[in-house]
Amino acid sequence: MTQKTKLQQAFESGKFVVSAEIGPPKGTQIDEMLHHIDALKNRVDALNVTDNQSSVMRLSSLAVCKLIREQGGEPILQMTCRDRNRLALQSDLLSASVLGINNVLCLTGDYITIGDHKEAKPVFDIDSVQLIRAVRDLEKGRDIAGNELQGSPKFFVGAVVTPEADPIEPQLLKFEKKVKVGTDFFQTQAIYEIDNFKKFMQYARQFKTRIMAGIVLLVSAGMARYMNQNVPGIFVPQGLIDEMASAPKGKALEKGIEIAGRMIRQLKEEKICDGVHIMAIGKEGVIPDIIRAAGLNGSR
Amino acid sequence: MIVAQRKGIEEVKKMVERHSKILIAGCGTCVAVCMAGGEREVSILASMLRMAFKLDSGKKVEVGEITTERQCDREFIEPFDKKMREYEVVISTACGIGVQFLADFLGDIPVVPGVNTKFLGSNEGEGTWLERCRACGECVLGDTGGICPITICAKNLLNGPCGGTNKGKCEVDADKDCAWTLIYRRLEKLGELDHIRKIFPPKNYHAQTHPSRLVHEAYQKEEKK
Repeated sequence: MTQKTKLQQAFESGKFVVSAEIGPPKGTQIDEMLHHIDALKNRVDALNVTDNQSSVMRLSSLAVCKLIREQGGEPILQMTCRDRNRLALQSDLLSASVLGINNVLCLTGDYITIGDHKEAKPVFDIDSVQLIRAVRDLEKGRDIAGNELQGSPKFFVGAVVTPEADPIEPQLLKFEKKVKVGTDFFQTQAIYEIDNFKKFMQYARQFKTRIMAGIVLLVSAGMARYMNQNVPGIFVPQGLIDEMASAPKGKALEKGIEIAGRMIRQLKEEKICDGVHIMAIGKEGVIPDIIRAAGLNGSR
Repeated sequence: MIVAQRKGIEEVKKMVERHSKILIAGCGTCVAVCMAGGEREVSILASMLRMAFKLDSGKKVEVGEITTERQCDREFIEPFDKKMREYEVVISTACGIGVQFLADFLGDIPVVPGVNTKFLGSNEGEGTWLERCRACGECVLGDTGGICPITICAKNLLNGPCGGTNKGKCEVDADKDCAWTLIYRRLEKLGELDHIRKIFPPKNYHAQTHPSRLVHEAYQKEEKK
């Protein structure tokens, strides 16, 4: 394909871009997921499909992206380096292209042992920077080994960055490499502290790329505390934890939606970044509520 | 050095239980240093085996003991040739290299492992070893401040850390350091951060096609003849 993807067009139109995460099921029961896709496809600019998320074996990102395409949505194919070597990754990129899936998000991937196949062989044949470069090389008609392709794909390429990484310098070094090899847009790890994020954006603005803030829906104060302690690169300020804890019994989810909506609204109104990526892990059904709470009503 | 860990007695016993003349062959180099398969561990394993057979079935077994200086070199195992052939089975407590080398050498006597070979590592204090090299065949330590991203980073990342760095520790194991935090800090100190600003190409895994074989340059011509 030579035309730009809808996602790229959305960015280039200058609007505040919104994507939502779709987690494929573990199994072949796709009804619920299809329902979410249907409910979201016209409310967001793109649906970003995880790749064996958290190292748990599931339905593939590629298959779900194809389903999204068939339903008229705009898919983003996530590709991690954990489960496939360079042959498989490149082959899947070509496959995505012929299936009409032309947005790809390249990431390292969680380590094997956090998932449900702890004894599996971790691959990590190439890393995320090398994968992004490989995508760009495929577009030029060459594979990683330098062999010529008969017909080349075209992608809109995303990557991830963790603005709250500790220490931050090595993370930024990698971010700059990702920019250098040709990353069109970044999606961040979940952010909750907007002032910290503004500092990151001040730095990131010197590069020609686009940043989507990662918004992970809080569903309880416990979840916020858990993430602070256990998820690297996520920092939930005490004020937000207290706010979640203050919600009346049974109303924590509503509070989480309100907080996510409020953050998105601020990011958009203050033009802090170029868009948001909403992750409502396991609660995809409430993403339309978050969008409404953010004041992003109307079809996109 | 090569670091190994003793196998459990039940597993070892199971591999040799159909025999009644058993030799335990230790190795006096790496596995002796890491207290897995040297002379002392051979003696402990021999006692445990004798006891286990006696308690279990009352079966009388003869358990012999030897320890060679190295099991990966013919000159060190040849002197034990005759002695080893007096037994029905040999338990080698050397690393996997020694077990295979001995099995090839003996040919018609089964050789079974008494240890699990873990990694190539260094001594980090009493009784503690840390993996330091994956023998990847193309060393990048000159660029990375003497800290190996292939070994110390769980994901073998060559172009910087993943998002799992947690206060300088690794997401995979909070007790382990993030390799890229170590590398960055060391290069910062050395004024060599430029070394890691370049983009490293995909690793050449052809450099470690298995089984690898190496003939020293000085011997290459001779071999071709």
